[in-house]
Amino acid sequence: MNRRTFLAAGAVSAIGCATFERRTGAHEAVETRGRFPNVLLRTHEGRTVRFYDDLIRGRIVTVNFMYARCQNICPGMTSNLALVQRALGARVGRDIFMYSITLKPDQDTPDVLRSYAAEHGVKPGWLFLTGGRDDVELLRRQLGFVDPDPAVDADTSQHIGVVLYGNDALDRWAACPALTDPDEMAKYVRWMDGPRRPA
Amino acid sequence: MNRHREAEIARRNRQELITAKLSRRELIKLGLLTSSGFLVAKRGLSTRAAGAETLSSPPTTPFVVPLPTPPIAEPRTSLTPAPRAEPNPAAGEARTATHQRWDEFLPEKFYEIHAREAAHSFHPELPLNTVWGYDGISPGPTYRGTYGQPVLVRMHNDLPPNHVGFGIPQISTHLHNGHTASESDGFPADFFDSGFFYDQHYPNVCAGFDASPPAGDVREALSTLWYHDHRFDFTSQNVYKGLAGFYLLFDERDSGEETDPNPLAFRLPSGEFDVPLMFADKVFDSDGQVYFDFFNLDGILGDKFIVNGNIQPFFNVARRKYRFRLLNTGPSRFYEFFLSNGQPFVQISNDGNLLPQPLPRSSIRLGVAERADVVVDFSNTRIGDRIFLENRLEQTSGRGPTGKILPQASATQLLRFDVDRDPAEPDRSRILPRLRDLPIVDMREVVATRTWRFERQNGAWAINGKFFNVNEVRATPRRGTAEVWVLQNNSGDWQHPIHIHFEEFRILSRNGAPPPPDEVARKDVVRLQGNEEIRLFLRFRDFLGRYPMHCHNVVHEDHAMMLRWDVVP
Repeated sequence: MNRRTFLAAGAVSAIGCATFERRTGAHEAVETRGRFPNVLLRTHEGRTVRFYDDLIRGRIVTVNFMYARCQNICPGMTSNLALVQRALGARVGRDIFMYSITLKPDQDTPDVLRSYAAEHGVKPGWLFLTGGRDDVELLRRQLGFVDPDPAVDADTSQHIGVVLYGNDALDRWAACPALTDPDEMAKYVRWMDGPRRPA
Repeated sequence: MNRHREAEIARRNRQELITAKLSRRELIKLGLLTSSGFLVAKRGLSTRAAGAETLSSPPTTPFVVPLPTPPIAEPRTSLTPAPRAEPNPAAGEARTATHQRWDEFLPEKFYEIHAREAAHSFHPELPLNTVWGYDGISPGPTYRGTYGQPVLVRMHNDLPPNHVGFGIPQISTHLHNGHTASESDGFPADFFDSGFFYDQHYPNVCAGFDASPPAGDVREALSTLWYHDHRFDFTSQNVYKGLAGFYLLFDERDSGEETDPNPLAFRLPSGEFDVPLMFADKVFDSDGQVYFDFFNLDGILGDKFIVNGNIQPFFNVARRKYRFRLLNTGPSRFYEFFLSNGQPFVQISNDGNLLPQPLPRSSIRLGVAERADVVVDFSNTRIGDRIFLENRLEQTSGRGPTGKILPQASATQLLRFDVDRDPAEPDRSRILPRLRDLPIVDMREVVATRTWRFERQNGAWAINGKFFNVNEVRATPRRGTAEVWVLQNNSGDWQHPIHIHFEEFRILSRNGAPPPPDEVARKDVVRLQGNEEIRLFLRFRDFLGRYPMHCHNVVHEDHAMMLRWDVVP
């Protein structure tokens, strides 16, 4: 394979087998910054953002996945995260940012997410995000919100219910269940400060 | 597909990209290769998450480095400021609770250990890595404790406070299987910041000293313990970064002296013939740096096998008996150890506790954190023989081993024994037909039965439907009582090596059947396999306070498969 045919092939699998795609075209590569695909997303406020450059770079963040019509764990998860936001107080939006990415970008338009956020009493500093189906899927996989059992993974009602928390500036990342006690979770997020603030 | 084949294909593909004359930089620019070295694409994704499973480490030549043996920790005669029962915050101590039963077990040996960053060579063909080690080495120094001689370890956190990358510079050092008061146990929430220290009091006394003072029940004596970081939610990262070491305990019988004239002494192989072996698997990125997969909830597998800090070392042995203390530090892999010449092991301990009688074993399985002491006799080998210590247990994901024992041709060779000499002196070590008797299990002591269901819940890990909350006390056994704990796993093929701190347990049954001979032993970790129910008997003696029970697949542990229980008066 030479450089030209490789580029024409367009993509390789992200996964261990790393086999080349047989068909060509349609698979443009996505720029990845460090651990994060820098995909374009839209916020529930209607803004267009780049995932890494605009949302993650240099920040303390939480990230989880949900969808508005989920009748399973999402309502409890989002309510719990609202308590986390309250516990973190004014820091959310200032130096801590919360992100909830939809698993169903086709259904969850910015408008749908805006209503959802309003219903759950979401305050500034916490964004609900949608985007192209492939981009969202790429994010989901790169961030590990995947069940190893394909049948379970395909069943959105059993989706992964953890919250990733971390600090990009320190490249420090961990995850906890989204239903973790909210005061405890707020404490976990504050651990991401590093040494500049008291614990 | 076999993981090694997958890794090989991935490596070939990466080579193909390079042959296609795309530089690594161009690939990163295109987003096809991330800085940590894995390939990424927008489509054509399998159902697996991206991450370390997609990586394959650079090649390394096996068996070119000698097996390192961690140095013995050097005790001091005193510490400044002098240790005391009460915390000493003015001096920079992070401890907040007073030592229990301090006056009964005043420390006689003192250690000062510094957790710090250091350069480490895993293999001469890889660049140096930055690791975290106790006194800057990984494995950390080996403690040699003696029953009846209480120890005080002053643990300093000198990790870099502004550290960038996996690992958090906060520590809580757990002495795994120590009969240790809660405040010295390394409870997961007792972590402290860089710049502080924490005095840990190890009384080195057998469990049951309230009932049989002053030394406790000698049948409860422990031999092979280990210490490691336990900072909660980050245990997998901090241990992967290097924070682990051995703590060995000796007494009159297991005296660590194969020429001991005491007729009670077991005279097991000792000195240079008593060798701790710490196993870990890791993955390295294309720059040869240890890679930790942050975004994995299931369990992490490496493709490089590390023994005492080096990848696939060799060990020169004499034609005589050796005691090897096998310890699996994970993070998520299980092992089934074999010797390549078909020779059996003589297993003398389970989880570091000497068995009632030695057991000949053709293979030995260890889940994460389990230990087994074995005696291997090389006296029937010839000089020049090369014998491999192999793992033949198939495991393709973090969920646990498949259970399949691979043919020898597919074995992973972990360590090579090179028989290179006759012993300078006759081998006077021995294996007596009886070792340490087991304490009596008296079911009349049981005052409660508790059932714990270990389950997967939306990608995280729960016990009885609840996630870890350090403030929630899930059980309050009373000091001086015994209970039956029933562990259940309804999850099909997920496996959980469950560890209970503080007190050992006895396995009463596995799915209603009595345990196999090697598990008729005192244990602190039990492999809870898919669709299994295990009944345990355990006592709660001598100390009060908070302890955890958790899965020791540290990725499960860090994603909330843990609970707190307190011993109460």
